[in-house]
Amino acid sequence: MLASTVSELSGALASRQISAVELTRACVARIDRVARELNCFISVDEEHALAAARRADERRARGEAGPLTGIPIAHKDILCTRSLRTTCGSRMLADYVSPYDAHVVEQLERAGTVLVGKCNMDEFAMGSSSEASHFGPVRNPWDKRLVPGGSSGGSAAAVAARLVPAATGTDTGGSVRQPAGMCGVSGLKPTYGVVSRYGIVAFASSLDQAGPLAKSAADLALLMNAMAGFDERDSTSLDRPKEDYGRFLDRDLRGLRLGLPREYFGDGIAPGVRAAVAEAVRWYESQGARRVELELPNAGLGVPVYYVIAPAEASSNLSRFDGVRYGHRAAEYRDLVDLYCRTRAEGFGAEVKRRILVGTYVLSHGYYDAYYVQAQKVRRLIARDFAQAFERCDVILGPTSPTTAFPIGAKVDDPVQMYLNDIFTVSAPLAGLPALSIPCGFDGVGLPVGLQLTGSYFSEACLLGIAHRYQQATDWHLRVPRETPL
Amino acid sequence: MSLTPDDVRRLARLARIAIEPAEEAAVLERLNRVLGLVEQMRAVDTRGIEPMWHAGDPHLPQGQRLRPDEVREKDQRAPYQSVAPAVEDGLYLVPKVIE
Repeated sequence: MLASTVSELSGALASRQISAVELTRACVARIDRVARELNCFISVDEEHALAAARRADERRARGEAGPLTGIPIAHKDILCTRSLRTTCGSRMLADYVSPYDAHVVEQLERAGTVLVGKCNMDEFAMGSSSEASHFGPVRNPWDKRLVPGGSSGGSAAAVAARLVPAATGTDTGGSVRQPAGMCGVSGLKPTYGVVSRYGIVAFASSLDQAGPLAKSAADLALLMNAMAGFDERDSTSLDRPKEDYGRFLDRDLRGLRLGLPREYFGDGIAPGVRAAVAEAVRWYESQGARRVELELPNAGLGVPVYYVIAPAEASSNLSRFDGVRYGHRAAEYRDLVDLYCRTRAEGFGAEVKRRILVGTYVLSHGYYDAYYVQAQKVRRLIARDFAQAFERCDVILGPTSPTTAFPIGAKVDDPVQMYLNDIFTVSAPLAGLPALSIPCGFDGVGLPVGLQLTGSYFSEACLLGIAHRYQQATDWHLRVPRETPL
Repeated sequence: MSLTPDDVRRLARLARIAIEPAEEAAVLERLNRVLGLVEQMRAVDTRGIEPMWHAGDPHLPQGQRLRPDEVREKDQRAPYQSVAPAVEDGLYLVPKVIE
């Protein structure tokens, strides 16, 4: 049952082959058995989950079920939930229970999903390996000595290990797509503004966007149908007509123009990644798609630009954690300023502090124009490169990350090496574009490789269709990690 | 350019993060590595380029949506204060600021 996709489970629930309670029991039992060794959950709530499952079954009995009614899910622990604490992987919020639910949480609850728990992550979503958590590192189900990617690494590992059929993540510089790639699951970062940020603890507000992780692109479409939508409480939420994200799942690939940027296939890409991505490109060509060689001349500036803008916004957003209104407060202090300084020194981990300090620097007097404003200008150049590229192609293909998963501990002492993981994922959020990652094979040591598809604004349904066609012809997305057999 | 130990102390003060003297050298070294990485974007010629302040900019040229300036939220003081480290009579408690 847990090997099935959301779409299959939805069918089995609709035809009464299984009940939501049975499915939820199976998930919770597997979480009990497997989650600890992966450290992918921070909180699990069996009681709440079973109550929600019973409500889902009752709703179905009344004939009011939708496609997601009764589907167990997990949220990244940065989405506020009233029923479970929201830690952001931080000591600062280790015991924090939000007085309200995030919009995404409300939407998925309205659809009838069953929340089973909250997933581990890099502290405040700042990281590319899910090691920077107060609750310890997450392990990759394909090889427990390796990281699952980050920052939504707990969500990706939970879906990969078949603990839940789907989970939410957030993506600021690649935090949905990169762990999806490294764990062999599918993950989507929507166009900025499509999913409300209300109730998602803010990291870099001009970039943050929540997205789904699941086994297949078809499942991502089902989740997006519930997650997307206008929300007045997020001033950047876009008021657009409701759309069906599954409407192009059967799109014809003939004549599809595949953009292949020279910069995404250059040096520094692991041979196993290069080979798997090249094979996927050949498959699309065999289906009648056409290669369009192109250039994104400013792509290499994405990481430097991102690591100015994201820390700048983070330093501002995280100033709210002051030991006064919520979260950790230092036990001893001399005065108010000392209370702030000690609370923040104790409550934040090393990477979060580093980013706050970098952000403080690039926003400080005398450096604001040279760093922050300059980064926002180069960001426009990056967005323009994409706009020009999409005049010549329908979708841009490339690897999600330059390498497959790396060992736990390998990059923790070198922030620059860690940041360079994000080289192919930072550009889409900087430009506000939608992008997804799907599994496209394995490298020489059997680790999953992610294929990234980037599209123009609001092209999610097209991207999902292009990905779905590939998944109909391949079974990479259905492979079960070897260290967490069913 | 590289930061000095004085710069780190100044940034820590601005960011309200206490840094122990023993941590300073390591913090400085890693901050300088990060600033070395971001340095390459400073040389780009951006004359005449408008900053792109937010990711919705290409399809939201008018900027963020504003709603009418009116009170809509109901009073939530009690639930919001229930998660505070120290409150009394509906007030947040902090160390004395004015003698």
